[in-house]
Amino acid sequence: MALLESRIPPGALADKWRRHKADMRLVNPANKRKYEVVVVGAGLAGASAAASLSELGYAVSCFVFHDSPRRAHSIAAQGGINAAKNYPNDGDSVHRLFNDTVKGGDYRSREANVHRLAEVSGDIIDQCVAQGVPFAREYGGLLANRSFGGAQVSRTFYARGQTGQQLLLGAYSALSRAIGSGGVKLHTQSEMLDLVVVDGHAKGIVARNLLTGEVTRHSADAVVLATGGYGNVFNLSTYARGSNATAIWRAYKRGACFANPCFTQIHPTCIPVTGDYQSKLTLMSESLRNDGRIWVPLRKEDRLKPAASIPEADRDYYLERIYPSFGNLCPRDVASRAAKRVCDEGRGVGETGLGVYLDFSEAIGRLGEAGVRERYGNLFDIYHEITNEDAYRVPMRIFPAVHYTMGGLWVDYNLMSNVPGLFVLGEANFSDHGANRLGASALMQGLADGYFVLPYTISGYLASQKPGSRPPADGPEFMQAEAAVGAVTRRLLSVRGTRPVSYFHKRLGHILWQHCGMARNRAGLEKALQEIPALREEFWAGGLVPGTGDSLNQSLERAVRVADFLELGELMCRDALAREESCGCHFREEHQYPDGECKRDDVNFAHVAAWEYAGEGDVPVRNTEPLTYEAVKMSVRNYK
Amino acid sequence: MTTPKTFNVTVRVWRQVGPGREGRFVEYPARGVNPDMSFLEMLDVLNDELAARGEEPIAFSHDCREGICGTCSLVINGKPHGPNHGVASCQTYMRSFRDGDRIVVEPFRARAFPVIKDLVTDRSAFDTIQQAGGFITARTGSAPEANAAPVPKHVADLAMDAAQCIGCGACVAACKNSSAMLFVASKVSHLGLLPQGQPERDSRVLAMVSTMDGLGFGGCTNQYECSAACPKLISHDFIARLNRDYTKAVFRSAFKPEPAGGGET
Ligand SMILES: Cc1cc2nc3c(=O)[nH]c(=O)nc-3n(C[C@H](O)[C@H](O)[C@H](O)COP(=O)(O)OP(=O)(O)OC[C@H]3O[C@@H](n4cnc5c(N)ncnc54)[C@H](O)[C@@H]3O)c2cc1C
Ligand code: SF4
Ligand code: FES
Repeated sequence: MALLESRIPPGALADKWRRHKADMRLVNPANKRKYEVVVVGAGLAGASAAASLSELGYAVSCFVFHDSPRRAHSIAAQGGINAAKNYPNDGDSVHRLFNDTVKGGDYRSREANVHRLAEVSGDIIDQCVAQGVPFAREYGGLLANRSFGGAQVSRTFYARGQTGQQLLLGAYSALSRAIGSGGVKLHTQSEMLDLVVVDGHAKGIVARNLLTGEVTRHSADAVVLATGGYGNVFNLSTYARGSNATAIWRAYKRGACFANPCFTQIHPTCIPVTGDYQSKLTLMSESLRNDGRIWVPLRKEDRLKPAASIPEADRDYYLERIYPSFGNLCPRDVASRAAKRVCDEGRGVGETGLGVYLDFSEAIGRLGEAGVRERYGNLFDIYHEITNEDAYRVPMRIFPAVHYTMGGLWVDYNLMSNVPGLFVLGEANFSDHGANRLGASALMQGLADGYFVLPYTISGYLASQKPGSRPPADGPEFMQAEAAVGAVTRRLLSVRGTRPVSYFHKRLGHILWQHCGMARNRAGLEKALQEIPALREEFWAGGLVPGTGDSLNQSLERAVRVADFLELGELMCRDALAREESCGCHFREEHQYPDGECKRDDVNFAHVAAWEYAGEGDVPVRNTEPLTYEAVKMSVRNYK
Repeated sequence: MTTPKTFNVTVRVWRQVGPGREGRFVEYPARGVNPDMSFLEMLDVLNDELAARGEEPIAFSHDCREGICGTCSLVINGKPHGPNHGVASCQTYMRSFRDGDRIVVEPFRARAFPVIKDLVTDRSAFDTIQQAGGFITARTGSAPEANAAPVPKHVADLAMDAAQCIGCGACVAACKNSSAMLFVASKVSHLGLLPQGQPERDSRVLAMVSTMDGLGFGGCTNQYECSAACPKLISHDFIARLNRDYTKAVFRSAFKPEPAGGGET
């Protein structure tokens, strides 16, 4: 059994982080440059961490599979970033942001971590503004805010519909400065394919250069993974095509526990699927729910009629009807399930019947077309490019799609996994969002982790490691890891079957979407647990990976990632099956209230499930970390 | 909404096995193309067919597939990012083409962007320019309260217009001189417009321009092909702003040791 020590500091909730920072062991400034820290990933979490660690004086190497750090998937975030600044004077506070986030996560996150996140949220905005992030402003020149799902205050900062882009470019500029001055050594198009563990501690990585195929070993005093989420396990998602689970999956196989793998967020407002050739789904930012109204026809018979021809009385604004106090701004899991339900009832719109309307006619009446364009112009443009429809004239059609993974590697309060020396940041860890993430809080968490948490907490670990004690990169553990990486690549290239990797990825996606998506049940999950291993076998026997391993080979890159997804998908189903309750995104049909809402089981499941690898073919061990709530009262989430 | 009719096209693609190797065009039929497919999805389908036939799939760069990461970089029928205005290659849909079309697909071509394979180029020169000065020095933890320095809305909006650059390099590919001026101008303007960007305003523009010059990008002769090809429609007015900033910085660095500190916008 893995040891899951959460290391939550003692004291009152609001004092923990301040006291913890004050008590943290420090590394002598003259010694910092003697510590080599490998940071894998340069999204919001990785870039902010690498830049900040280098500013402190550590020797940092940063690895990304992208051709530039600026291309990390964080770039695509649209809507905004939360912070408890209370600029609009509408009653926001650290406590309220904390409370909303814990409640939004359906009481499956760690209280102390979430409180810290809320505490540092304001510092993030300060930091980003100082870097030149051009957030939206009021006419008086002060920063503007808007509201997002799951909150009744306006605390979301934004830069048009490109908030993630601007935040990432801010972090990228700090990273670029550090690279330019020699503080960070950057390795682009280098994919981490294994974690090296020496005497129980994370002491390096093995990476493959995607252009040359060269496999290299890198020794370090600590390893930081900030490699993003694994939603592409579903094949179709709002993620960038390259996002993958390989780094965290390989770390899992080296002993790091994987927490709550089944907690995946299905976002309610995405452009519906059109065909089998489709490679990705496009998000329509949640910010649209500020002004757009969601509805379907009241009667099935009307579902293919032009929207404009359906009179008000025959429309069902179902979110406003069921959740009058939050209306269209209820949390994502709630909104997605409601959409699924009306579509299951046969009232979904569009040819496939898998769609609901997001209608701006009322907003256009109120703000004028120019007003709506000013707020959401680029999203309307994206919608038009993809669907060839003008959402100023006809309502958008939207449907839920896979968007975010709350699950990830287990970390303690210091963001260190159960493997000492291995830190995990951003979407790659499981920490702050429980069973459902609120909008505009992933950007907040990624930057909190990288700018304001890790730079403090990593010193606690490094101070326990003698400077210069890191093992040489040609030690046996490194050589073994390098050989293992080479073996996987060679094996994939040697199959030479008949079906392209995309075929297996699509099939895996179908299985997961059907059985481990918006609604789950025992029979379905058990079926998936039969189907996925069978598919995996088929993949290894009949997959077709053309080309060689010694130059750019995009088919091989994808094959490596899909091979890992084929294992991870099984763990997700196992986790969903073991969690005999409904909470947040995890809706087990067996556990619901008569009105269809989630029925949590706080007696038996108020815990984190942290899965531990037990070896090839063996059933992994389900460890648990109990969640105790001191400051918030666990209650049935009510958005009505 | 009616079910769209599929059609057939021929794609004539640049194939090149590796850096510095000789390349050539190869033609492939793409059948059963759905007009709602993206251009990249058409290539995906074609690639699966190629693989099934034992041929090597066409390498092309892509990631977000929604016009924001700047990874995709195709020249389609002679135009960087294809026939449509203000979109990236990945936002090009097959409804822009007709049955029987012959579509020529090439990589971005510029001395500073060597071809790595097929349609994939090395654009790391852009990162090098950023590292030279494309930042505001703001050590983590040292920032003042965000609302302490208001920024007039029109200034923030203009800075945002410039900041939208996705770093794709289409401006370079579109320019007959392979100039990177629009890319550099967008970063210099974004940061130089904001009060936070003033202390390093001169050093930034000098360092970025001299690095750009050293990397093999050509000079700007005001043809403005760059803005026309730019997926974010970044205005060439920013190039004029860059030129002004550059001239002032050169002047100041020659005569006065202290950098610009004013809030000139
Ligand atoms: C379309 C979309 C819109 C969103 N909008 C919002 C929003 O408005 N507000 C919000 O708060 N959140 C939003 N999110 C969520 C948020 O964007 C992400 O959760 C967050 O940006 C993740 O950041 P990250 O730094 O953890 O990872 P990423 O940005 O995914 O970065 C991962 C990094 O790791 C590298 N990497 C990965 N694996 C390897 C490997 N094996 N070897 C080497 N390098 C590797 C990559 O190269 C990359 O640099 C959105 C997400 C999507 C999909
Ligand atoms: S200026 Fe436009 S074309 Fe040039 S790199 Fe930026 S987004 Fe691309
Ligand atoms: S793939 Fe990201 S901009 Fe085209």
